[in-house]
Amino acid sequence: MSGRVVLVTGGSRGIGLACARRFQALGDQVAVTYRTSPPAPSEGAGEPLLALRCDVAVPEDVEAAFSRLEAELGPAEVLVCSAGITDDGLLMRMSEERWHAVIETNLTGTFRVAKRAIGPMLKARRGRIVLISSAVAYLGNAGQANYAASKAGLVGFARSLAREVAGRSVTVNVVAPGLIDTDMLSALAEEHTAALLSRVPLARLGDAAEVAAAVEYLASAGAGYVTGSVLAVDGGLGMGH
Amino acid sequence: MADEATFDKFRSCAVEVLQVPAEKVVPEASFSGDLDADSLDLVEFVMALEEAFEITVDESELQGVETVGQAYELVTSKL
Repeated sequence: MSGRVVLVTGGSRGIGLACARRFQALGDQVAVTYRTSPPAPSEGAGEPLLALRCDVAVPEDVEAAFSRLEAELGPAEVLVCSAGITDDGLLMRMSEERWHAVIETNLTGTFRVAKRAIGPMLKARRGRIVLISSAVAYLGNAGQANYAASKAGLVGFARSLAREVAGRSVTVNVVAPGLIDTDMLSALAEEHTAALLSRVPLARLGDAAEVAAAVEYLASAGAGYVTGSVLAVDGGLGMGH
Repeated sequence: MADEATFDKFRSCAVEVLQVPAEKVVPEASFSGDLDADSLDLVEFVMALEEAFEITVDESELQGVETVGQAYELVTSKL
């Protein structure tokens, strides 16, 4: 057994799974959390991912997932927070429940997971946390007030935490993906996706692996002097913001 | 039960978490000045004490705690 212990929340599909596979390919020991179904076994992949059932909106789930991770692989040295949901609707029609559900999973869930992970990282005097935000955090998106607010919240959260733990060589960064070809994007109305795509200078959807490459960098030794940053992977949609 | 064994336990927490030599952990030592501890060190220290002594320390109780002696007093008041 070698490599770092990496935990990816929301790692059963989409960007989270792409990150998990990427770290696995580097030789890291990778665990993923999933809410509904574990990641499908991939053809040709070496070690299977350690799949932990965990709804980040449920504190007991988070504790149980970390206990099992620590028992089986050890404390997380790299944490990627990718668990997120959407529940779109125009504000006029957005219920309190839909607002809270998205904030709870995307923002509070990340708070919960990062808080649980940070203790062992501080003790070890090293650690990497990468949060998956979104281009809509800065641009806004009609129908996604809850989602955009949660994703913008992650940036303030990450930068505050980055300041708190910098003295222990733990870095906290954010990746802000744009239109990435995932299940979550398929849930957006087609005409809406087309309208957004027309604003992407690189004029195509991104691949989850392209987001994973950015996450890999921020978790790498080479990114040791990068903290509190937001790295956009959005085909130029936000021109770096 | 503020005996020697209790202080030893308290001191080993400080030595481990704050990474200071045991002989510097004396009642009059100040955390920020003598032990070079920052706010994060103190949070970690308090969490270690909570675990070691099976106590809970409220954030508000830490107000004004600046020396080893004060922190030790706070711990023993809970035993």
